[in-house]
Amino acid sequence: MDGAITVAGLRKRFGRTQALDGLDLSVGTGEVHGFLGPNGAGKSTTIRVLLGLIRADGGSATLLGGDPWRDAVPLHRRIAYVPGDVTLWRNLSGGEIIDLFARLRGRPDDGRKRDLLERFALDPTKKGGAYSKGNRQKVALVAAFASDAELLILDEPTSGLDPLMEEVFRGCVREARDRGATVLLSSHILSEVEALCDRVSIVRRGRTVESGALSDLRHLTRTAVTAEVTRVPDGLDGLPGVHDLVVDGDRIDLQADNDSLDALLHALAGAGVRSLISRPPTLEELFLRHYESEDGAAPEAPDTPARDEPAQDGTAPAALPPKAPR
Amino acid sequence: MSAVAGTGTLTKLALRRDRLMIPGWLYALAASVVGSAASFRSLYGEQSQRADLARSMNASGPLRALYGPVYDWNSIGALTGWRMGVLGAALAGLMSILLVVRHTRDEEESGRQEMLTATAIDRRAPLTAALSAAATANAAIFVVIAAGMAVLGQALAGSVALGLQIAGGGLMFGAIAAVTAQVTESARLARGLAGAVLGAAFLLRGAGDAASADSGSAAVWASPLGWLEHLRPYDTGGESWWVLLPTAALTAAAVAAAYALAARRDSGAGLLPARPGPATGARWLNGPFALAWRLQRGAFYGWAFGLAVAGALYGSVTRSVGDLIGDNAQVNDIIERMGGHRGLTDSFLALTMGLLGIMASVFAVQSVLRLRAEENGLGAEAVLAHPVGRLRWAASHLALAVLGPAVLLAVAGALMGLIYGTAVSDIGGQLPRLTFAAVAQAPAVWVLAGLGTLLFGLLPRAVPGIWGLLGLFLALGQLGPVLRVPQPVMDLSPFTHLPGLPGGHSDRVLPLSATPYLWLLLVAAAAFAVGLAGLRRRDLTAGA
Repeated sequence: MDGAITVAGLRKRFGRTQALDGLDLSVGTGEVHGFLGPNGAGKSTTIRVLLGLIRADGGSATLLGGDPWRDAVPLHRRIAYVPGDVTLWRNLSGGEIIDLFARLRGRPDDGRKRDLLERFALDPTKKGGAYSKGNRQKVALVAAFASDAELLILDEPTSGLDPLMEEVFRGCVREARDRGATVLLSSHILSEVEALCDRVSIVRRGRTVESGALSDLRHLTRTAVTAEVTRVPDGLDGLPGVHDLVVDGDRIDLQADNDSLDALLHALAGAGVRSLISRPPTLEELFLRHYESEDGAAPEAPDTPARDEPAQDGTAPAALPPKAPR
Repeated sequence: MSAVAGTGTLTKLALRRDRLMIPGWLYALAASVVGSAASFRSLYGEQSQRADLARSMNASGPLRALYGPVYDWNSIGALTGWRMGVLGAALAGLMSILLVVRHTRDEEESGRQEMLTATAIDRRAPLTAALSAAATANAAIFVVIAAGMAVLGQALAGSVALGLQIAGGGLMFGAIAAVTAQVTESARLARGLAGAVLGAAFLLRGAGDAASADSGSAAVWASPLGWLEHLRPYDTGGESWWVLLPTAALTAAAVAAAYALAARRDSGAGLLPARPGPATGARWLNGPFALAWRLQRGAFYGWAFGLAVAGALYGSVTRSVGDLIGDNAQVNDIIERMGGHRGLTDSFLALTMGLLGIMASVFAVQSVLRLRAEENGLGAEAVLAHPVGRLRWAASHLALAVLGPAVLLAVAGALMGLIYGTAVSDIGGQLPRLTFAAVAQAPAVWVLAGLGTLLFGLLPRAVPGIWGLLGLFLALGQLGPVLRVPQPVMDLSPFTHLPGLPGGHSDRVLPLSATPYLWLLLVAAAAFAVGLAGLRRRDLTAGA
């Protein structure tokens, strides 16, 4: 396989913690790939393996056709990396750091740098210690996007950015993709992933639980249906594939497995439907389902932080299905 | 809200974080003091032996500069006070500087303090907690040393005085560090400034003691450590308790100044407003080596200044060595024991070279520890995510650990040679001779840097232990000869293996042999190699 990133069965243990437990990840050349998972799922550990900062205990990882540990230096010429928590040298100015990074990678491009400084509204004369979190993040983003890297590895790159800058960031990712770069985007901001990513991988406790194109993932799951009817039909809650039924006067909210939609519509047909809204599940719903779903089945998950994870998105799911649809 | 809200909790937090550091210092200090006393008892049990030691020491200005005058030789306690009183006060001062900055400016710089001050605590609580932690540590030092000396059968009043002398130095410099921590935004700089005050106090006292046999010179009185020197624990004529008054006054004034400054400034800010930096990187800032230099040059310049001052000072007192004591066999014997060789001037110069070597070692250790700091602070990750191999990254900082000390020693040696050479009208001879003698300390420094690298590669968490090793080597060099520490133990220190240059080509080690240097270089190279090999194989830690 000639993808930009191919990871299979990756394992890494830190003391008693199994950080990676057979993680798979495959990112095709030129795609923007979302890398999702709760805190502590192993996203950053995977990225550190890919950067050759740590060595995996088992499994394989290939990056742009090379071995991330052995070929670290030549590979890094072709990679740009933005960590989620950027620490800068306190007594170096942002401009000095950006220039240093460009020269470390080689082929600095001053024009592109100036353009990015302007778009991100970053003052390069401040010292590293004086930047706010968002501005530290911008320093790393400017350095990364100013490069002509083939592969951008972004580990929660927009934490601390305001919505305006988030928009600039999205523009930069799209430009990178348009010039043929591959992007691995680890993020908690699901709207960002939905807006940018072609494919996503969802990891949980060091393992990949779902991977594929966003549209495919949606098909595998449920549709949310809201209907206003003149008369609530009987037996809706007995219908196979219908979940989370809430009846409020003449308003019905429910979730339906996609292969039960036909039966559901038949049941609603004689109910005097005045309005009908159906929408595919948001990524957030997909995401939460994966985090919550195994709780019952997998007793080793006392700390799954599912509910407090994706609060940014606005479209909070009304109700969550109690079990996995798969 | 109470003015002390949260202080108790923060103090407990500080003491919990220091649960290894404070006992470590306490043990090292108490063991040095009480151990010295025990050794003096077995080596100088007779009054006549003590009198001989005192006569020989006091006859030489330069030796007084290094060790202070022996003010009383009627008891083991007084000898211990002579040898360990001021040195102990300086070491307790160093401990307190590290403690106070660690709990004030370090916390602010890292942003951790912001979380704390957002809770229901008084704004002054972190400073109070840091000072309380330092006070606790110094109180423990006082109790252990006073009790230890009393248990050894020394007079109670003298034991209390010795304990107060050492703990008093600790409190005084802790208070000074509280001020420097308010002034600068950087913890590194705050430590450096307080350390510079400590070093200046130590050098001033030395210069004053060189000039006067009874510590009466103005230079001694100008140094806060000189005040404490005048306390004279176990002096037959009685301790001069009143010197504790100016000590306490300076401490109180510094504490008051620290609180006043803390009340006037914003959290996280220093006294000086932060200046903007350049919008673009200088052309030379183009790789890991340039970055390492950019990050370490401040410390390097600071140490260069310190070593230059030390070299000039020692160079200017050297001339009086021969004048004062002539060729006294007994003094020779003592100087032999102090680690020197024949030829009094050369012996003195060799002793000072050893001190310069230790000073250069501190910079070397700081440079090696910078690797670990970069790894923890994720600076390493940022550089290594670029096409920079681990070896090149490590080499960028290690280059400074290797070249830096050699340059520092050359600067100090050259100034010493210049000033001493001018005094004896032999610049052409002394300048190269003393420069070479100083740089000849470098291989021992490199062994220390190599051992630090070894730890960094194999046991990164244990890297701060290199300070302990430096402390051990310092103690062996400073106390070993007087206390007649067994040779195999002395041999643990790389500094023991250096021929005492200049003058090492006296008949004892004639001809000057390259063998010890080759061995030191071999050991250093092996340690660097193993450490770097370990670094290549291990995982980088993510933050700390």
